[in-house]
Amino acid sequence: MPDQPMNSTAAGDKGTAFPLVLGLDTFGDRTNTIEGQPLSHAQTIRNVVEEGVLAEQVGVDFFGIGEHHTDYFPMPAGDLVLAAIAARTQRIHLGSAVTVLSSDDPVRVFQRYSTLNALSSGRAEVILGRGSSIESFPLFGYDLADYEQLFEEKTALFAQLVEGGPVTWQGTTRPALRDQDVVPHLEDGRRLATWVGVGGSPQSVIRAARLGFSLMLAIIGGRPARFAPFTDLFQQALASFGRPPLPVGVHGPGHIAPTDEQAREEFWPHWRELIRLVAVERGFAIPTEESFAYETGPLGALYVGSPETVAQKIATNLRTLGATRFDLKYGAGGLPHETLMTNIELYGREVIPRVREWMKEMTDMSRLVANGESNWDQAG
Amino acid sequence: MTYATMPAIAVLGAGHVGPAIARLALDAGHSVAIATSGNPGHLALVTQLLIPGADPLWAADAIARADIVVLAMPLHRFLRMDPNALSEKLVIDAMNYWPPTDGKLPPPFGKESIGTSEVVAERLPDATVVKTLNHVGYHELETYARLSGSMDRRALGVAGDDLEVVNTVSAFVDRIGYDAVPLGSLNAGRVLQPGGPVFGTVLRREDFERAVHSSAEQQKAFGLAEQHYGRSA
Repeated sequence: MPDQPMNSTAAGDKGTAFPLVLGLDTFGDRTNTIEGQPLSHAQTIRNVVEEGVLAEQVGVDFFGIGEHHTDYFPMPAGDLVLAAIAARTQRIHLGSAVTVLSSDDPVRVFQRYSTLNALSSGRAEVILGRGSSIESFPLFGYDLADYEQLFEEKTALFAQLVEGGPVTWQGTTRPALRDQDVVPHLEDGRRLATWVGVGGSPQSVIRAARLGFSLMLAIIGGRPARFAPFTDLFQQALASFGRPPLPVGVHGPGHIAPTDEQAREEFWPHWRELIRLVAVERGFAIPTEESFAYETGPLGALYVGSPETVAQKIATNLRTLGATRFDLKYGAGGLPHETLMTNIELYGREVIPRVREWMKEMTDMSRLVANGESNWDQAG
Repeated sequence: MTYATMPAIAVLGAGHVGPAIARLALDAGHSVAIATSGNPGHLALVTQLLIPGADPLWAADAIARADIVVLAMPLHRFLRMDPNALSEKLVIDAMNYWPPTDGKLPPPFGKESIGTSEVVAERLPDATVVKTLNHVGYHELETYARLSGSMDRRALGVAGDDLEVVNTVSAFVDRIGYDAVPLGSLNAGRVLQPGGPVFGTVLRREDFERAVHSSAEQQKAFGLAEQHYGRSA
């Protein structure tokens, strides 16, 4: 079993207990000064270390860094940044969100994150992605036309590496391995906690189950509830491969400020600019005020608002999706570091306790209902 | 082309787009088969949980029993498909040329004067190809579907060279929840492509028509739509 934060336990709708994990993700979004001047890549990276350290101080369970190679996300070596955070923290789990495995070497990814795991005394995790942002392909000489095969082969090799022991492997995307011992080994026979980030393709869900990785649903637009059947698909696929149940997590973008209005006002111009930038290469619609209102409303995919609003949305969606982990992708190109620190502070100190409480209440209540000891009227 | 009953649908592709289209078609009362390039046994679980009511079949069987075949696979996968498999069929091309996932495809893909659906049609000489369903995000397709006559109903462009076939597909588009806006020719379907004036937007009919028919005023139309929706939001 992957090693995970054990703060409290939540039960999904299927009654399978996994620890409730509430984390933060960043892509190293380039930040501005409060006056609106862009900071250097280097300062942006140093700021991310401070953000990770603060995340632990305010009670966040996980801090993830997504691999990107652009001017607006200058974050190609997140594992180095995570190592710096590891040296200054004791409890928080640290991981990629995501590693673009298709354009990397699975052996190197395993080595880097098992090293991070050593440095952090068992706090490293990897979330593997096929790469919905694909700037790493031309950078490292990969052909985008091969992306499906690259991911298929490399995730399969990574699954072998995670099992530990000498690896024998042959494929078309990297040189073969024969009885290869890959170091550093994990301690006490543990496995490196590994997830697969999935954007909505059922085949990807089945692949995660086949390889025995946990599932992270990246939901960045539209109704999150539409992903609910994916949890069933994942658990049933796991069963069909003879594997035990594994946790399901949700990654969603958002921004928290003291009031709903302030959060929306702060986030909207930066979100619109960011999506404008990535829309062309990724096929996103340019947000309008109408679509932004929908996405930040109760049915949409953006977690933007006061701690109360965001906590409610997280708890509701975790429940609907049968998920036990939520990672908030905070920040959006240009939002100042100071604003992000406030966001992290509010997430850790106000959102997380509320979500824990509500998840626990909902779980207790459904247990009572299941046992016939109460009903919704009495419980309410 | 007329049908005694509602046309049977085959959706080729079970990734992001295929299941969304299949569910809309099922909700509208069509019989729907879904297929990939592989064994339908591998689709059983996906179909049961994500597209209940659809039949997972081998592609050849799905095509054989369908009146309308929807291409919902990545374009580079389509290029590996046997073009004879779609002989005599009415084909909806819901695909886009997407270099981030397709890689760089050889010309005439990427040529501005020729629509990607024209290239698709060229590969399928005995089929009739209509372009639609490609320009709304898969995650928005079901969110915005509305019954006919709804105030906030959105529009989908329908581009094809054969008027009768365009009408058949327009009726299908209407049944699954969108106003159909015929575009006159397959070549005119270029406005539905990535980078075009309506790609990635989910517009009401009047805004859609304005955006499409005055591509020169594209930016203005975007501005108008934004203003309009800004007020109504």
